[in-house]
Order: sequence, then C-alpha cells, then structure tokens
Amino acid sequence: MSFKLVKFARVLISLLFLIGISALFLDIKGYFYPSVSKSVLFFQFTPSLIDFILTLSFSAVGFLIVLILTFLFGRVYCSFLCPLGTFQDLFIFVKNKISRKKKYSYSKPFNKTRYFFLSFTLLFLLFNSFFFILLLDPYSAFGRIANNLFRPLIIFANNIVSSTLSGFDIYSVYPYDYKGFNPLTFGLALLTLLIVGFMSFKWGRLWCNSVCPVGTLLGLLSKFSLFRYSIRTEDCKNCGLCEWSCKANCIDSKDMTIDMSRCVGCFNCMTVCSSGGVVLRSYFGKEIRGYKPRKINASKRKFLSELFAFSASAVSLGFFQKIPLITKDSTIPENRKVPVAPPGALSINRFNMSCTGCNLCVAACPTQVLQPAFLEYGIMNMFQPRMDYIRSFCNFDCTICTDICPTGALQPLSLEKKKLLQLGVAKLIKDNCIVFTQETECGACSEHCPTKAVNMVPYKKIAAPEIKEEYCIGCGACEKACPTKPFKAIYVLGNYTHKTAVKNLSKPKQPVMKETDDFPF
Amino acid sequence: MDRRNFIKTGIAAGLLAGTANLKPSALHGFFSDSAPADAPFDLVAIKGGEPDAMFLKALDAMGGMKRFVKKNQKVVVKPNIGWDVVPEKAANTNPKLVSAIIRSCFDAGAKEVYVFDNTCDNWTRCYSNSGIEKAVKDAKGKLVPGNQESYYHPIELKNTKKLSKAKEHELILESDVFINVPVLKHHGSGKITVAMKNLMGIVWDRGFWHRNDLHQCIADFASYRKPDLNIVDAYNVMLQNGPRGVSVDDLVLMKSQIISTDMLAADVASAKLFGIQPENVNYIKYGTSMKIGQGDLSKLNIKRLVI
Repeated sequence: MSFKLVKFARVLISLLFLIGISALFLDIKGYFYPSVSKSVLFFQFTPSLIDFILTLSFSAVGFLIVLILTFLFGRVYCSFLCPLGTFQDLFIFVKNKISRKKKYSYSKPFNKTRYFFLSFTLLFLLFNSFFFILLLDPYSAFGRIANNLFRPLIIFANNIVSSTLSGFDIYSVYPYDYKGFNPLTFGLALLTLLIVGFMSFKWGRLWCNSVCPVGTLLGLLSKFSLFRYSIRTEDCKNCGLCEWSCKANCIDSKDMTIDMSRCVGCFNCMTVCSSGGVVLRSYFGKEIRGYKPRKINASKRKFLSELFAFSASAVSLGFFQKIPLITKDSTIPENRKVPVAPPGALSINRFNMSCTGCNLCVAACPTQVLQPAFLEYGIMNMFQPRMDYIRSFCNFDCTICTDICPTGALQPLSLEKKKLLQLGVAKLIKDNCIVFTQETECGACSEHCPTKAVNMVPYKKIAAPEIKEEYCIGCGACEKACPTKPFKAIYVLGNYTHKTAVKNLSKPKQPVMKETDDFPF
Repeated sequence: MDRRNFIKTGIAAGLLAGTANLKPSALHGFFSDSAPADAPFDLVAIKGGEPDAMFLKALDAMGGMKRFVKKNQKVVVKPNIGWDVVPEKAANTNPKLVSAIIRSCFDAGAKEVYVFDNTCDNWTRCYSNSGIEKAVKDAKGKLVPGNQESYYHPIELKNTKKLSKAKEHELILESDVFINVPVLKHHGSGKITVAMKNLMGIVWDRGFWHRNDLHQCIADFASYRKPDLNIVDAYNVMLQNGPRGVSVDDLVLMKSQIISTDMLAADVASAKLFGIQPENVNYIKYGTSMKIGQGDLSKLNIKRLVI
C-alpha cells in the first residue's frame, strides 16, 4: 500500500521537525544560531503569520504554505510540522507500548470548547492582547517546555560530565553557568507539559481538537479541503479498525464518516484498513459519502456572540492588563516601573502584541539576560521575554535574539545600530551607593559600562559614578555589576519606546611617554 | 608536585642560580648576548618591540624561563581576559604575548600550561574574541573555564585588614608555578589596573571586594598570593575610559613591557609608565605599607632594555 509509505514519510518528517526544533532550544553551545533557526521554524504557523503581518516579507510565507496544504489535504500541519503535535504522538506511542487499552473510539466534537478557545484567541487579538496566543500557540507552548524543562536537564548532564572530566584534569567540556531557573515560568511550563501529556496519554489528540486554536482554525478550513479522507462503503467490511486507530477520535465507523475538521492527517486509519476502505477522495469526486456538512447551529452563534461581548468588555476595561507607563525619575529604591524589553522590540506595546512567548531567544541568549516574564508586562503577557539585569546583562557585541526571532517581534538590527539602541536608562540611587554611604572606592558599574555612560568623577578624595543618560544604552551591565544588597544602587528603567543613544566620542589621549624617552624610573 | 616540594625545588633553583651568578663566564652562550653578567634582576623593563619579541628578550635578562619553571611542573598563566572585545582594543592581555609565554614554559620543560580568567563579560565570548583561545591552542596550552563557582575553593587570609576569606580557583591552588600577565590600563575606580588588580580574576566573589573597600581588599589579597612571575603588557595602553574602553582613541601605543618577580614593584613601575604617581594609587600605597613587595624602585636591581 502506498499509504504506508505516506505514513512512514509523515513519521519521518514530523520527527525531523521535532528534533530540529528541540535542537534549537537545547543547543547550549550556540552551534545553530541564528542561521539555521529561520529555516527550521519556517512552517510554524503562528510565528510565521505574525512575522508576515509585521514585515510583509517573502521569507515569512510559511503559514501560507500551511494554509494551501490545509486546503489540499486537511490538517497536515498537525501531524507533519507541529512540534507539540509530534510531542503528543510520542506520548501516544509510549502509551501504545505499555497500556493494554489501545483502542480509540469515536466521540462527538467538543464544539463549545474548541470554538471558545479559537474565538477568544481571535477576539483578544482584535483587542490587542496576545494572552491566548501566549498560552495556547502550540509551537510556543512546546518551545517553553523545551526551554524551561528540557534545557536544564541537558545543562545538568553537561555539567556533570564537565566536572567529572575536570577531576581528571580534562577541561575540554566547558560547564554551563545556568542562570535561568525561574520557578514561576518553570511551573507554568510544567503545567502545560502535564496537561498536554496527560490528555494525549488518555485521549489521543484531544488537546489539538478541543483546545489548540491553530488546530481548530485549520480544522475549519479542512472542511473545505480539496482532498479528504473518507470511507468507501463498497469496500468497507465494518471491522472498526480505522475507528480504533484514530487518535483524533474523528472516525465514526458505524456511520462511515470521518470528521475532517478534527482529522490530523496521520494516515493511521489508511494503513490499518486491510480492505482499502479508507481513501483520499477529491472534493469534486462523485462519491463523497464520508462527509456530511453540518447544519448551522443557532445556539453556537449565540454562544459566540456572548463570548464576543464578554471578552470585548473585559479587555477594553483593561481588566487583566497592567500597562507599564513612563514615570518620572524617582528616589524610591529600584522603582522598576517600566520593564526592559529586548533589543529589536521597538516598543513595549508593539512587542507585547507580536511575541508568542516561544522563548527561543531566551534559549539562544549567550548571557542569559533574556528571561520569560511573569507579571512584569502584566498577567496578559506572561512568558514574553524581558531583560533580567539581576541575573545578567546584555552583551554589547551581540544581536542573536533579533536574528532568530521567528515572529518578527524582535526586528533584526545591525550591530552598529544595536550598539546605540537605548533599551532603557540607568538610574543611580545615591543613598544605596557604596561610594556615597561608605566613602570607599567601588566603581563596578563604570567598569562594566561599554559606552562609559557611567563615568567615575572626583568625589571627596575618591571617585563616584555619574550617569550621562544620552550615552546610556540600558544594557544593564552596571546594574548586574553593582554589588550592593539587597537593593541595587544603579538600575535600568526601561524605555517604553526604544530610543537611540548618542555615541560617546572621547578625545584621543596624548601619549605621556615618547618612544625616545627613557623609562620614568 | 605539592607546594612544599615546589618551595624546596624553588630554593634549590635559587641556590643554583646564585652559584651561576658567581661565574658569569659560564653563562655566555646560554643566555643571549644581551644577558647581563649580574643576573638575576628583580625587574626588567623593555620597550620598542612586539609583545612576544620584547618578552623573550626581557625573559633572557631575567634569567630565562628555567629560573621559574622546572621540568614536569604545572604552570598556570593568568592573563586579563575580562572583556568581550577584539585584541586591537587592548582591554585584554595581548594574545601574542600569551602564546609566547606558554611556549617558553614548555621549552623550560613544563608538563602542562593552563590559562584561565574569571571574566566580566560572557566568558566563552571573552575567550574567543580576545584572541586568547586561539593563542593558547596554538601554543598547545590548556584553556580552562573560570565561570563556575565549583572551580573555586575557600581560603583564609591572615594578618589582613578587610579581606579574611576568599574563594580561589583550583588551578592557582594546584599549580606549581603561577605567572601573572596583566595588561596595563586605566581604571575608573582603581585608577590603574596592573598586577595586583589582575588577581581579582582568580577569585570568585569580587562583589565583596567592591562592597568592602576595594583598594584594601586588593592589597590584602596580594599579601596572600604572590605570583612567581609578573609580566605587564604595556604594548598598547588604555589611558582613559578603562578598564573596558570605548574606542581605539582611548589607546596609546607604548610598545613596552615590565617583567618582575615582585608584584608591587611591577605595579609601581607600571604606574610611572602610565604617568601617575604610585602613591596616588591607594592599593599600591596600602601594599607598600603591608610590605607586599619593594615599592622603592631604587632599592631593586633593574634592567632597562630597548629593542
């Protein structure tokens, strides 16, 4: 049977994408960035769609190809390309190995649930909120699981090998200084893993058919796809094998129907059918027995309109959203009113409306300054990365995050531009600063400042920091280096909209010693 | 070889060198023609050449690497690799100098030569972009990470004023010979950074030093661990905006180098080279009063060379 070949290809392609995408998140040595990531993530539906809307770039047409494929063959994205889908298939594979109950049976679609999630996702988007995308986009959810759960395991294994080898005087395996553990985002990623894992273990691809907004959207389109999976009544022996094999629970073997809106295109039914009863049939073919168009459901319409009204009012009232505002300089210690958005975000507002929180930049950041936010951007924007200057600071000569972002939420920047990009401005709290309180030298902030926006100037008999804000790029090097506890004496207040700093052009110094001079000692 | 053995052999080596001193004629042909009859010197200052050439010539004047490194010894070389910048910006030790040092250690019979720094910027990028990773590999040395607390072991300091405890990198604790290779630079709070300040890269918690009188901590730590040899890279010197530097305009080409067994003397001479009075640098002042070395250069046996 040629369908066996198709299924083999499906398994192979899906595993390749799963491995490729996982490798991006687990690569602790930085081998793959950023050249590979764009092509590996080309077909990821949500990032590609957002990137296309933001940039109208030809390089972001992956979602269009997915749409065309959906119109041709149904939800092939879900079985071939989606990392979360393939990840669930792994659970299903394990379940089939260990569990005695291997049969699936037909169930009615959970229409209210799936249209609830889809419509809320779209409605929130309409009202400028990425809340549901951040929670439910399958690629991004997988990314967070990989970054927050699997990456630490790889780092742990690497560090065990490294420390064991260093005991034998071998230092070729470098340890990874992990700064990323964040209990909240770790917990939320774990929760996603547990829910998705449990659902797939128990009910197959129920998540994809009742929760995932991408699955539901592509399912709606699949109703009109050119080729569809159907049961050929004259060849069907009513054995029910196809229904038992259907992890999407969408085959009704008694009625001989296949619900195309829920079929994930895995080809399992076709390979188990011994009589060739499950076939792919053209929309315009003579026999379209397996497919009955549904009647329009009045209650569903009412439900949707109610949802619309509720979510519109909830979002427009700003019920959930904590919008960061520009504040006046303050003397209150570490008054972090505006979080610092990563380079290329342009503005916090724009960034919050374009990032799906996949955390690829978090995984790729060489200094680990990028961390998934919890409440810093407001509860509606959890997981979107922010600059965490307590943990680390932004490397002056680096644009990796802007190079790899699959959604275009972080716009690519030239290194020259990035070096003058002002993410925020350093603020000095004199009452915290060692130089002013203890009157001893410190200068850690100025030492680390790549633009010398923080400069040491004479103060009493020592040197005290002084900030020239026009030179400051808000990289956080000063804040990270500042040794005061528990509050920093210098910290970065985010720019709501990123600005351009002034280039620091110091006058060249004259040599103190000429070549012909003797040594001054 | 443990530290005790090392001290023994060091004394033996010193005696040997001392006897050699009595017969200057025996040294001819062994040292280059510039080798002085009255070696060993406490401090050699040289200028006018490339970093590696100056090092080799100055080292000869110091008595050659065999004065410091014995057969099968483990050597640790500690350059300044603090910043993720290219060699042209001279915020890190010159890579040519680092590889010349490693090669001369191997020539003297070293078993292993290790190189590390507890960097300020992201350490893998510092190692590679400073050119030092390649320099170490070319010279067959071993580049060792300095970015994990697990490499650092607690030590106690006695008769110090502010710093009584620190965590020191295991390579410094385990190696037989410690060669300190700072780069001379301007420093915002230290005024200049040279040999004593460079030791901040062999300890873990630098924040503590910054919190608790930086200059006194530098002097305190210098009293604990004195490198066997200090090689100050003053080839391209950052005169302002240190220690990271903003642009190449901060630099002046001095083409100089100072080699000394005395860390304090190296700092004093470097300060003068930089154009600052040593007594205006507090950690040098504290170091002098703590007798970390000889701060009075007139009392030292100094060789001045020009290429």
